[in-house]
Amino acid sequence: MTADTHPLRAAAPPATWKRRTRLQRLSQTLAPLLARPGFSLALLVVLFALLAALAPHWLTSFDPYATSPADKLRAPGAVHWFGTDELGRDLYTRVVYGASLSVQAALLAVGIALAGGLSLGVLAGFAGGRLDAALMRLVDVLLALPGLLLALAIVTAIGFGTVPVAIAVGVGIIPGFARTTRGEVLRVKTLPYVEAARLGGASWRRTLLRHVLPNAWGPVAVLATLDFGAAILATAGLSFLGFGAAPPAAEWGTLIANGRHFLITAPWVSLLPGLFVVAVVFSLNHLARTFEEHPR
Amino acid sequence: MNRYLIGRIGQALLVLWGAYTITYFILYLLPGDTLAIMLSASGMEADGLSPEDLAKARAYYGLDKGIFEQYFDLLWRAVHGDLGQSLSLNRPVTALLAERLPQTLALAGFAIVLSLLGGIGLAYLTAYLQWQPLKVALSRLPSLGFSVPVFWMGLLLIQVFAFGLGWFPATGSQGFASLVLPAVTLAIPSAAVYAQVLQRGFQSVWQEPYIATAFAKGLSRAQVQARHGLRNAALPILTLVGLQVGNTVSGAVLVETIFSRNGVGRLAQEAVLRQDIPVVLAIVAVSAAAFVLVNLIVDLLYPYLDPRIAHATKVT
Repeated sequence: MTADTHPLRAAAPPATWKRRTRLQRLSQTLAPLLARPGFSLALLVVLFALLAALAPHWLTSFDPYATSPADKLRAPGAVHWFGTDELGRDLYTRVVYGASLSVQAALLAVGIALAGGLSLGVLAGFAGGRLDAALMRLVDVLLALPGLLLALAIVTAIGFGTVPVAIAVGVGIIPGFARTTRGEVLRVKTLPYVEAARLGGASWRRTLLRHVLPNAWGPVAVLATLDFGAAILATAGLSFLGFGAAPPAAEWGTLIANGRHFLITAPWVSLLPGLFVVAVVFSLNHLARTFEEHPR
Repeated sequence: MNRYLIGRIGQALLVLWGAYTITYFILYLLPGDTLAIMLSASGMEADGLSPEDLAKARAYYGLDKGIFEQYFDLLWRAVHGDLGQSLSLNRPVTALLAERLPQTLALAGFAIVLSLLGGIGLAYLTAYLQWQPLKVALSRLPSLGFSVPVFWMGLLLIQVFAFGLGWFPATGSQGFASLVLPAVTLAIPSAAVYAQVLQRGFQSVWQEPYIATAFAKGLSRAQVQARHGLRNAALPILTLVGLQVGNTVSGAVLVETIFSRNGVGRLAQEAVLRQDIPVVLAIVAVSAAAFVLVNLIVDLLYPYLDPRIAHATKVT
């Protein structure tokens, strides 16, 4: 980090030295990473998936629901990149439109997990004592329930569909977040600058928001990236089992499940959407791993 | 040692009780109208019933009592081995589980063995190889392994090995041949986790002074890795085996659905589809029990495999 700041100081005289803006800091961190082909490729795949989630109509000219029986089960080619399904719908288009449901579901799940896990972890790490012990026992119990089965129980109780599935998956990943956050808060809490802030008269709330949380954030962000991939897999798994969006809307898991029936005659119907999911999740894992190896 | 044992068993029972309680409250309190779900699961419409019939049904399912009375009633019966009655199949849940459990245990057991063999084998090979490009490629493999959806991997294996090559049957639960593809599918994510952890373990163990000593006394690279490297790098795997039980159970639900095997996982999928609350509660409780039991065994095994831990517990 010091090596980075020197050229800046040399460029401007010390009297007018300014704190680097967020954008400058971000670009300085990202520049060496973007030079790696693996990282840029992974970033591109993730950005493509996010774009598909937000504006699917920019990426394809077909209608995801328009059937044309004459073109059914066409193999992948120049017109239909991923081929067509049993009703002649373009599969690439359905994968792109499916991204909006699947990625939004995963975002909702990670959002729930972040909100729940951060507040539980901060509360446990900051309060300490009996409250900490009680909350951590609760987390232990939640960790003993296999993730998918806990999600299945929640889906049984609140019904089927994209949003219930996202909630169920989100609740399932809360304990991991709570543990990581608590560990980080406990670590940061004992550092000298937190003590200094307290001695300087800052309230607990201010210390927490200004000093502890920004510094405890790193590992939690890495975990969030990793769990975003895990949430995509889990929601896809639940919609594969038939608890996701109702047809003709299609999530990635539903698309793969639908192709099962034509596996002998038209394997691409389930294998190509699956390959797309693998690419997205693998890219997310790669990004998380790179961030873990190069903190800031 | 005896006190340690009793303490750990008590802790395990407490976690199990907590897991049952949380699942109970999710399944019985979260739905707006538990009675309507239970009636539709047993094939009746709540709207078509008269108030007297509704009251009768409520009493039949035990929903007319207070929340805590219901809960203690269920818990008391569960402790005595009665997990209630399936709504849609009209059979005791314990009988259903007893019928399906052997299938799932065989699948999970075989998958755990395969994942250990695969994961440790891959990491061992990665650590032993010295040709950099291959070493890097192999060290990336685990992270691909847990990016692949279990159900997609299953379909790919069916496509290649059942339809393409015709080596194994695509579906069914008869005989050993039908167990191979599901077990491989189920083993891949766990194997990836073991391989990744063990690869990192080897990296740090390779820096230790005792490795330099082993080289200095004239052992070959293969001997050093087998005698001094593996045994020290492999310890964390034991803890992981315990933690991976949860993932294996989760994966079993998907794998059994793809390969149409009559196991507990498929029962779970069907029960959720019909909103058969008692069956779901029983399956979640049983899998939590499996998780707790395996982790208890792992904890109790640790002092035997790593004597340093046994000394530490004696001191405290």
